[in-house]
Amino acid sequence: MKLLTLNFLTCAIKTCKSAPSSFPLHPRDASLEVIETDLNLPFLKNILPRLMWDELRVITSELGLPDLPPTPPTREDLVVAAEDAAVEGEESEEEASQTAKDLHRVLLETTVKEGKLVCGNCGHEYKVLEGVPNFLLPGHLV
Amino acid sequence: MLPTPSTSHVCFDRVYEPAEDSFLLLDTLSSSSEAAFLQERFSNAQSTPPLVLEVGVGSGVVLAFTAANAKRILGRQDVLTIGTDINSFACQAAAQTIRTAITEHGHGKTISLDVVNGDLASCLRPQSVDVFIFNPPYVPADLPDFARHERYNGLPDGDRKTTFEQDSYLLELSYAGGEEGMVVTNRMLEQIPEILSTDRGVAYVLLCAQNKPEAVKQGIRQWGTGWMAETVGSSGKQAGWEKLQIVRIWKEQA
Repeated sequence: MKLLTLNFLTCAIKTCKSAPSSFPLHPRDASLEVIETDLNLPFLKNILPRLMWDELRVITSELGLPDLPPTPPTREDLVVAAEDAAVEGEESEEEASQTAKDLHRVLLETTVKEGKLVCGNCGHEYKVLEGVPNFLLPGHLV
Repeated sequence: MLPTPSTSHVCFDRVYEPAEDSFLLLDTLSSSSEAAFLQERFSNAQSTPPLVLEVGVGSGVVLAFTAANAKRILGRQDVLTIGTDINSFACQAAAQTIRTAITEHGHGKTISLDVVNGDLASCLRPQSVDVFIFNPPYVPADLPDFARHERYNGLPDGDRKTTFEQDSYLLELSYAGGEEGMVVTNRMLEQIPEILSTDRGVAYVLLCAQNKPEAVKQGIRQWGTGWMAETVGSSGKQAGWEKLQIVRIWKEQA
């Protein structure tokens, strides 16, 4: 499960939805796996406003990953400045900056293979097995 | 004609095999009228990538198709997809279907998040979904006995194979919809206003004739001011009745 997925998930228990502490879910006992994928610069630029940055920082710090900066990068931060990027006059696509590469690594290449996701409100633990989180509750199955 | 994603790796003994209903969703989402509607909402290249959620992905054919053809359907390639299924075997199968389709036909540009094992959309953050797709268990037939779910939702301990009873149970989940085939769909419809993004969310739900689609649409229009429900695709006319139809649900901005 990609870390970006956690940007969109919350506790499956209905009464937790209104509690701010039900988001983000907290990874625990997680074994991580890096699965490399192509970097998509237009996507990274556009996703910035959708990222819950403070919560993402909580997740990465709980996973022991390198600290993310306190404020989200800007679109410009994700691109290597034009004068450094290419020889003058040469037609070239924008080049991803180190910031973009780091963000790509955190959001889309770092995955939780096994472990648990814990709700900060009710404490319920959701298991992750073979990369698939299980959000089924006993209450769903009656 | 856009290519149908490959599902040759999927074991259809325990995961729903793409059928007329799945293909009606593909045809509807890629029809020129729906593409026009969706592109007006989503094609602005500066807006944030839309999140497409499919509940009950099964083999993953519909979400894979949407992901691989995001440019044609939504007018942009930087789309996020996420799926859920109550059947863990379907989650694994669908993730593979989506990965393959994006690599082979989607130029690797769409971002597939994950397929999570869950009940409907209960684990999604409120107001986070921009395009919602649901091909429900719509057949009027008794719901399976969920007491068996935990035991049947994975391989039996120490075993590498599922049993026939287990497979039958898992397939029942994909089609049996209880009274009028609407028990699961009604639970899902209740969640839709909560999960859809307020400014641009739109939902596509498949219904069959026994689900009484006209009454379902009337019910949706009574959710409150601005809620709309229209049939935007149909197939299998029998004696003047549409056997299957796709209902688009959205909220007009005041």
